[in-house]
Order: sequence, then structure tokens, then C-alpha cells
Amino acid sequence: MIEIADVHKSFGHLEVLKGVSMTVERGEVVSVIGGSGSGKSTLLMCINGLEPIDAGRILVDGVDVHASGTNLNHLRRKIGIVFQQWNAFPHLTVLENVMLAPRKVLGRSRAEAEAIATDRLDHVGLKDKLSVYPSRLSGGQQQRMAIARALAMSPDYMLFDEVTSALDPQLVGEVLDTLRMLSSEGMTMVVVTHEIHFARDVSDRVAFFHQGRIHEIGPPDQVIGNPGRPETIQFLKSVR
Amino acid sequence: MHYNFHWRPVLQALPQMLAGCVVTVEIAALATAIGIAAGVALALGRTSANRTAAGLALAWIEFGRNTPGLFQIYLAYFGLGSFGLHLSSFAALTAGIAFNNASYLAETFRGGLRAIPATQARAARSLGMSGPQAFRLIVLPQLFRIVYYPITNQMTLSVLMTALGLTVGLDTDLAGVTQQLNVLTYRTFEYFSVAALLYYLIAKAMMLVSRLLARRLFRY
Repeated sequence: MIEIADVHKSFGHLEVLKGVSMTVERGEVVSVIGGSGSGKSTLLMCINGLEPIDAGRILVDGVDVHASGTNLNHLRRKIGIVFQQWNAFPHLTVLENVMLAPRKVLGRSRAEAEAIATDRLDHVGLKDKLSVYPSRLSGGQQQRMAIARALAMSPDYMLFDEVTSALDPQLVGEVLDTLRMLSSEGMTMVVVTHEIHFARDVSDRVAFFHQGRIHEIGPPDQVIGNPGRPETIQFLKSVR
Repeated sequence: MHYNFHWRPVLQALPQMLAGCVVTVEIAALATAIGIAAGVALALGRTSANRTAAGLALAWIEFGRNTPGLFQIYLAYFGLGSFGLHLSSFAALTAGIAFNNASYLAETFRGGLRAIPATQARAARSLGMSGPQAFRLIVLPQLFRIVYYPITNQMTLSVLMTALGLTVGLDTDLAGVTQQLNVLTYRTFEYFSVAALLYYLIAKAMMLVSRLLARRLFRY
């Protein structure tokens, strides 16, 4: 379970998170929607400790992410994250990209890591691209590779940070399908997205972010289907 | 102009000169290898939050890049000698060139590091890698490609710089051997023109090898 309690975070004078609280249960898919600069992506970075927080607390399975004694390298093994810019490692083949962390972080043997990586790449539909370098892949393929790379660590949680925002429109579908598949397999997911229809389809709950706060959180039929707050209504109007 | 060329003694001395070439290449390779390692350390020091490290790195880089290489070699040979640390001609020359290489390469590396998006290290860290792991496995290989050709350039400069070994009494490298032959025979033009050609060939050969190596190394 991810427990986020009254988290504040500023970049210089700009306060991007102004007291955010929410929980994500095991097996749950929570989508986070809201305008650009509303703090959605920053929250994901704070969940796996890539960004420090100024106040509040984030617990992952009871472990305080931002406590000084927390081993973040260890914690991140169970929290996969996929970014908007897929961040493929350009000097490694697709297979090597996915094998690297299981080998170097989990200490798996080459054969084990290769088996895991091949399995995950097969899962996201890239089995025929194993020995290819990322530069030869489309954006959608690179993004699916990034998903496989995170999955290769067998994480308990997956965080998705606007994973379709940098893709050409015709490539969005293949990545969303991959996310759908993961959610149907019971993966616990936090999905920051601008794809409102997708959020409505897949999520157990939807959180609407506005100016560093969660204005509304609840089942998609409520938050997207029948929003109660004027900010939510305004936002949904603007993206439709 | 009544100069009679005598090439025969040069041809007879060619084996000695080629042996000198080997020493020259040894020094250049050694100085480049040390220069690369020290250059990476300097680039990291220069950008580190530790002010002492940043200051020391900056001082080295500034001194190395803005004073004559000859002086740096002198300081390694005669300068350290006055503190009781006596280096051989070979060691002093290698150290001087390595010192000089490191300061130039440090700036090359610093630029190269900036060319690698911070998101690469971030992605590595998000997979549970430690900072040093992310640097070694993700940043360094990409940096190596970016700085590969500047390094080969620096290596060529190192080869030419080895001729300064003459000033610290090195007599086993190409310049040293050539000078020995010259003072015995005063066939200055013949010996030094052949030596110049040999330097040229060494530099060209290095470039060729590095290009072939690049094809094997960088497949992406």
C-alpha cells in the first residue's frame, strides 16, 4: 500500500505540492489527471524518492520513503516507474536494456536475467526486437521496452508518468493496451495521464489534481462522469 | 646550394629509429591512459559540490591548459627533483604529458557529461541502481562515445609531445635516438626528416586503428 500524507514540495519559490494526501491499495489502479504543472508528475517522483519532499510523509508498504535511514535503492526495486520520455539506454540493445537491472541490482545470473528479460519483452510484444538498438525502434516500441525494463524487476507497484504524451497519436494505442493488460493482471498502478477515456476505462479511482492539490478523488464514474467541483468540470471540458 | 644528401647512414640506423618509435608509442599510450583516468576524475571533481575538490580540479585544469607543456615536463623532472623526488626521464616525460592530457581531457569530459541528459541517470536510479552504478553502467559508456574522437586527437598530440623528452635527457624514444645519431654524424636534415616521417606515420596509424576500433565499439 502507498500512503501519501499531507505532502508539500517546492521548487525554489514555486510550491508544486500543497498538502497532497491519498492512498493506493494493493491491486488498485489509480489515475491522476489534471492540467500541466499541477504537480502530478512531481508526486510520482516523490513516491520513489527521486525527488525529496519538504513536509509530510510517504509510506510504501509501511516504509517511510523520505526517512534518512531508508535504503532507496532497495525500495525502488519494488516500485517501477516509466517516464514520458522513455529514456531507453541508447548504448544497449533492447534485451540488454531490460537485462541490466536484474543482473546488476538483483544479482541474477546472465542466463536468469536473459530469461526474465525475454519473458517481459515477449509480454509487451517486442520479442522480435531483442538484439536491436533502441534508436531503431519507434517511440511506442521504446516506451513498451521501458515498461518491460521496469517489469523485469518484478515490482509490486508501477508508476506511469504521462507515458503516451510524447508519442505520435497512432502509437498511443499500443502503449495504452500494454497498460490495460497490466491492470487486468492485477498490477498496482498509479497512472498520471491526459488520456481521460483511458483513465475512465481502466481506473478503480481517479484523482483530479489542480494547482498542487487533489480537488477530487473517487471512482471514475463519479470524478469523470459526474464531477462535483467547478475546477474538475472546467478541466474536463477543456480536454474533451 | 651544395649539400650532398647521404641517406645510406639513415637507412642503416632505421632499426634503431624504429625501436625508438616503440618507446614513443609506449609513452604516448601510457600518458593517454593516465590522462583519461585523471581527466574523468578532474571532470567529476570540477563539477562536484565539494569545494576543495572543485578548487583543486580547477587549479590543475587551469595550470595544465594555460602553461607550456614543456614547463610541465620540466617541473616533473627538475622541479620534483629539487624536493628529492627523482623521476627517470621516461617517467617525468610520461607524467608531464599525462598531466597536460588530463587537464585538456577534463574539459572535454565535462562537456560530454553535459551532453548526456540527466534523465538517463534518473532512469537508472529508478531501476534501483546506486549512483556509482548508474555512472559506470549508463553514463560512462555514453560519455566514452561522445569523447572518443577528441581522445584520439589528444593521443596524436601526445605522440608529438613526446619529442620534448629531448629536454629531459630521454635518449630511447624516436626523438632521443634521432638526436643521438645526429650529434654523431651531423646528418641533421636526413635524420630529422626521416624521423618526422616516422612521427607522421605513427600518428596516421593511430588514427586508422582508432577508426577501425570505433566501428567495432559503437554499433548503436
